[in-house]
Amino acid sequence: MDPEHLAQLEAALAQVSGFIYPNEVELHWSILIVIYPYLTGLVAGAFILASLEKVFNVKALQPTYRLALLTALAFLIVAPMPLQAHLGHPERAFEIFLTPNSASAMAMFGFVYAWYLMVVLLMEIWFDYRADLVRWRKNDKPVMKLVHWLISLGSRDVSPAAVAFDKKAVQFITIVGIPSAFLLHGYVGFIFGSVKANPWWSSVLMPIVFLFSAIVSGISMVLLIYYVTTLLRRKELDMSCLNALASFLFYALIIDLSLEALDFIHRLYESEESIEILEQLIFGKLFLSLTIVQILLGTIVPIVFLAAARFSELPNEMKRMIYFIAAVLVQVGIFSTRWNVVIGGQLFSKSLRGLTAYKLEFGGQEGLLVAIGLLVLPFLILALLLKILPPWKDAETSPEPSEAQLT
Amino acid sequence: MPKTYERREFLAGLLNFPPATMLLGLVGPVKLLAADGGDEYDPTEHYYAMGIRVEECIGCGKCVQACKLENDVPDEPFYFRTWVERYIVYTDGDVQVDSPNGGMDGFPPVADETFPPVAAGKEILRTFFVPKLCNHCDNPPCVQVCPVGATFKSQDGVVLVDEDYCIGCRYCIQACPYGARFLDPRTHTANKCTFCYHRITKGLLPACVEVCPTQARVFGEIGDRSTPLNRMLRMSHLEVLKPHMNTDPKVYYTALDGEVR
Repeated sequence: MDPEHLAQLEAALAQVSGFIYPNEVELHWSILIVIYPYLTGLVAGAFILASLEKVFNVKALQPTYRLALLTALAFLIVAPMPLQAHLGHPERAFEIFLTPNSASAMAMFGFVYAWYLMVVLLMEIWFDYRADLVRWRKNDKPVMKLVHWLISLGSRDVSPAAVAFDKKAVQFITIVGIPSAFLLHGYVGFIFGSVKANPWWSSVLMPIVFLFSAIVSGISMVLLIYYVTTLLRRKELDMSCLNALASFLFYALIIDLSLEALDFIHRLYESEESIEILEQLIFGKLFLSLTIVQILLGTIVPIVFLAAARFSELPNEMKRMIYFIAAVLVQVGIFSTRWNVVIGGQLFSKSLRGLTAYKLEFGGQEGLLVAIGLLVLPFLILALLLKILPPWKDAETSPEPSEAQLT
Repeated sequence: MPKTYERREFLAGLLNFPPATMLLGLVGPVKLLAADGGDEYDPTEHYYAMGIRVEECIGCGKCVQACKLENDVPDEPFYFRTWVERYIVYTDGDVQVDSPNGGMDGFPPVADETFPPVAAGKEILRTFFVPKLCNHCDNPPCVQVCPVGATFKSQDGVVLVDEDYCIGCRYCIQACPYGARFLDPRTHTANKCTFCYHRITKGLLPACVEVCPTQARVFGEIGDRSTPLNRMLRMSHLEVLKPHMNTDPKVYYTALDGEVR
């Protein structure tokens, strides 16, 4: 037995207050399981943002369309890694595909994931890039030529008819993709929301709350990535695009906050037997991460900032800065949200009589270092994707933003 | 049982011996192998449950010790297939619950000044012990959520874990309303009470039942057999833990206090 692990359990035992079942000293779903819904949320959110441009024809978002797709892909590739690393027997993970228990919400993960990756994201990206890939091949250097040839699957046809078909295909996949994105993250919410043993998780609102927090996180992440990559490329930020992103982020945040408030008020009003221990949890162990970080800094402050910047006559420089800060705060807030759900749901005993503690390890399979690695990895993958599949129509000298456009 | 096993080995050995294989081919090996099941355990003929008489439990912790020994449960105070809780209800309505080391070493006395709430001048209204274990639910949430079907309900009504199949995702631990499961730190798989399946299928009692000095634990079958458990089920007012969870527990309690969760 791992002595370090035992020492950790001893430390947790010393921090127990009230009564918990003896088997509850060990907290089972660690920071890796916090990262998993955080990543899938970004995937779903980024995809839904991309589909705003395609399906709902929000032209202002055009500069972020491909960026959002690639962001979704980069995060989707990493999303199963924390799950895999967290398993007691990672080598048996394939059993989920071979002999899934059809009654298990978790068993569906592989299928939902595969559907989303293979049928939705990869296909949409492929059709959207196909004609470009064929064009790029002409001027590519040898290595890139091969890469682009491989990705295009040898496709050559750039006739107007073929390009028109691409467009139709993208449109169709996006329409299939929106419910799929809802499924992907709503499903993650269901994994938690359907655990009747846990009053903090068990809620029919959980998938919907997850979904809207996903949209919030996806929009703000794409905003950040668009902002940083554009500055790094020394290009001009498209202000009408940023304004549109800020608007959608603002509306999504309002819905997200309303849902959270509804959940909170509903629990308080119903006042079931778990309410006392949940009150202790919210005003004790989760006060900082829930009340301060998630609700105040991660939701209310960004709402105020975005409203102030979006619907005022501030200079563009200033607006951009405020959008950026709001988006960073939203990311911190959403990560906190995931933390409060996953870790928070394990900090109280199912006897409803006591609280336990979570000590984040530094090293080790489920430690801070691995967590940071898993959070950085999607950005490295994204950097590579941006290299191979540049999302910006680069000849385009995006005209000086006419910022009155959207207001 | 060991005898049967030898016979099976003998038959398997025969298969490696060519002339015998020919002979077996004539007789029909399937028939032969099936024939040796005559005295074997048939799970479809049994359906197990446990009764716990709260009023009889003296909190000695022998059941916890026996369980740890019999089932090779890790010694550390974080892993229990069964444990005993002590409830102390004060006159002002406060309730205090403890289970030091799962109650394995018994409990510190409450009647002296060193026990904090008593020292704080509170008066005790009533106290009692409650042994806990996996409820072997008829409608088990742990089985529902297991992504690979590694945890399952056997034909004789026992919820078991196949440790060669469990992937260690711990969804079952989250889904159990009773805290009855833990992750075995040696095998990294889910672990829990099996009603001592290796014993009961030989007609023996679970270890915790065997050692209980007051017969607070009653083991047996549900159904029309005349067993101590059936007698208890017939003669007592029964309760189960967290009935609102609709898990249909098969561990039945008598004299269960409303404070117990």
